[in-house]
Amino acid sequence: MMIDLILLICLVLAAFWAVVAARMLKAVVGLALTSVIVSILMFRMNSPLAAVFELSVCAGLIPVIFITTISFTKRLSWEAYLERKKEIFSRFWYLPVILVITVVLLSRYKIAADFILPQAPAVTDVRHVLWNLRQSDLFGQIIILLIGAFGVVTLFKVKQPKDKPK
Amino acid sequence: MNETAMQAFWFFGIFISLLFIIGVYCILATFNLLRALIGVEVLIKGATLLIILAGYLTGNTALAQAFVITLIVIEVVVMVVAGGVILWVFRHNGAIDARKLTDLKG
Amino acid sequence: MLSLFILLPFFCLIAVNLPVKGARRLAFWLTASLFVLQILAVLLHPSVFWGMKEDLFANFFAINFSVNNLSLVIFLTIGIVGLVSLIIGKYTLANRPDRFHFTNLLLTALIGMNALALLTDLFSMYVFIEVTALSSFILIAVQREKTALEGAFKYLIISTIASALMLSSVALILLVSGSTSFDVVSAALKASSGSVFVKLAVALFLCGPFIKSGLVPFHGWLPDAYSAAPSAVSVLLAGIITKVSGVYVLMKLVMSVFGFTPVIRDILMFAGALSIVFGALAAIGQKDFKRMLAYSSISQVGYIIIGLGCGTKLAIAGAALHFFNHAVFKSLLFTNAAVMEQKLGTVDMDKMGGLTSRMPFTGMTSLIAFLSTAGIPPLSGFWSKLLIVVALWTSGMHGYAAIALLASVLTLAYFLSMQRRVFFGKLRPGLEAVQEAGTGLVITQVALALVILGVGLGFPFMLKTLAPLKNILW
Repeated sequence: MMIDLILLICLVLAAFWAVVAARMLKAVVGLALTSVIVSILMFRMNSPLAAVFELSVCAGLIPVIFITTISFTKRLSWEAYLERKKEIFSRFWYLPVILVITVVLLSRYKIAADFILPQAPAVTDVRHVLWNLRQSDLFGQIIILLIGAFGVVTLFKVKQPKDKPK
Repeated sequence: MNETAMQAFWFFGIFISLLFIIGVYCILATFNLLRALIGVEVLIKGATLLIILAGYLTGNTALAQAFVITLIVIEVVVMVVAGGVILWVFRHNGAIDARKLTDLKG
Repeated sequence: MLSLFILLPFFCLIAVNLPVKGARRLAFWLTASLFVLQILAVLLHPSVFWGMKEDLFANFFAINFSVNNLSLVIFLTIGIVGLVSLIIGKYTLANRPDRFHFTNLLLTALIGMNALALLTDLFSMYVFIEVTALSSFILIAVQREKTALEGAFKYLIISTIASALMLSSVALILLVSGSTSFDVVSAALKASSGSVFVKLAVALFLCGPFIKSGLVPFHGWLPDAYSAAPSAVSVLLAGIITKVSGVYVLMKLVMSVFGFTPVIRDILMFAGALSIVFGALAAIGQKDFKRMLAYSSISQVGYIIIGLGCGTKLAIAGAALHFFNHAVFKSLLFTNAAVMEQKLGTVDMDKMGGLTSRMPFTGMTSLIAFLSTAGIPPLSGFWSKLLIVVALWTSGMHGYAAIALLASVLTLAYFLSMQRRVFFGKLRPGLEAVQEAGTGLVITQVALALVILGVGLGFPFMLKTLAPLKNILW
């Protein structure tokens, strides 16, 4: 429980950093860190396969996508960086206050355990569940990946359109 | 539902709701499109953890993992599409600031 | 053979993308014939097709799909609106590659929506809602114009918030029921109803379809997305995408999972009434033709939701009928918008005037569509609104019935002002050279107008003959 507590606090701190960091690159690092901690928590909760996916895809691939996008934008100058830091502070200083209030309120509230937990399922092999019971999801995944391919073809063309609006 | 499971759920639940608050606040407060996207990511992280937690507490980790794998695939494609859209917004505007997107009024 | 509804578009998608010479040319005709097949399959409902065993695909999908009368209406609507959108896309999208991507994404959206009508599992529904939504993000941005990109991004962010809420609700439901198939979930929710936890889960899930269908507290993204998208995509968005992934999902969930509890009914009716009034009021002040249609969509979706909230058999039949009618007349109006965008280069209503003399077909068909929207007898919109209002009145909700009736007057008001500014009166100077649209678009407009007229005039006969209508009502 103690390790979980430390991990969860780190998780919230990493997510907070991802949201408030002034340089986008640092924000992306914060996001990757969040993913890594989520992945560790998944390992601790008997879900190794999902944890591996989270680690490789969310902590590995998604930051790459973000960094690719960032690399097309301009790098902030030092003055702009200070300016943005000030602006972020003025917008986001409410957030820690709200977070602390939420923690206090929620930890005082005791939710009623007034429903029955379901029976543990007969099948506990994730491969079996994924391939034999969730075929519609797999079909959906195939379609989603196709859409992703169309999206890349449509949106990542480097050529400018001929009739570019001003 | 037994008490220990509920306690464990509530313990994690508090932190997951913090993630949700961070994500939604970020989307509402920022003008930077990329930062809004990071807020969305934080939200999805919270949902992912909640699914795994539910699977763990009910002993149904197989189903929860199947869900999460599907979810991660969807998440990546959403991010790719959003990245493409942001790239084009940048090409049109020279900036990724929502305040410069004034052509559409709410 | 229910799985054919999602497998045929998939095979079609693969066939179109094969690296064979000429495959791309076939794209339009293959997709069009797919939509026609879908329409025919529904219209001939109790035919051989529906009773066939799934021998070939028996092992492909282990889960059972199920179809009820409501799904038939959805299939019919998807077929008609998809066909219209495809035709408009063929005539209005200028670039050939853009047109090809448009067809591909239309097919993926078709798979997503057909699957939504078939599935009976919460998580799979989430997956296919996401399939539909992702296709529509790219569709909005398919021409990569500035405003369209902004609309797409707004829609993307808000839609992803909705899916995060739905996912966390799926997690809570998993904790209560241990599975996500409709029967198990609805039994588990019934067994532990009254638990705060269950209420939280239901509320979180309902937020998703509410956001996706653009009901009033969550409507911010809708006018932007509709007005910024290319006209062919606007037809698709207004006609089916938001309605299937929002309204229909809401109908399906409330009817077969969550049940008509008093709280849900109150929320639905209140949100419906709010959307009706707000949408109509906001539409009055618009200058942009497509933005006005978008606000009008919010208002009309409100009618469907209020009918659903009433919950009696008559009201749900009215809601289903209005679902179909709204798709048809809104497609017609967006087709008119597409014609204007193509011929005038703008959809700003202040720059138009007296267009009926130049575009007789567009003017007349838009008149029919707006009279049907306002619920003037004997057009199709009249019957569905009548059913909803009568159902509301007979179940004792006189206030809501009055709101629904009075908002029709508002609808009439904003459409009359639109007609006066755009089509009637003297031709505005500078518009003398405007031509009527090409044959394809005119035929589409006339066909849709005939559907409106036909459903309106033939409604008393159709009640007992046409399969989807007959099955819902009787």
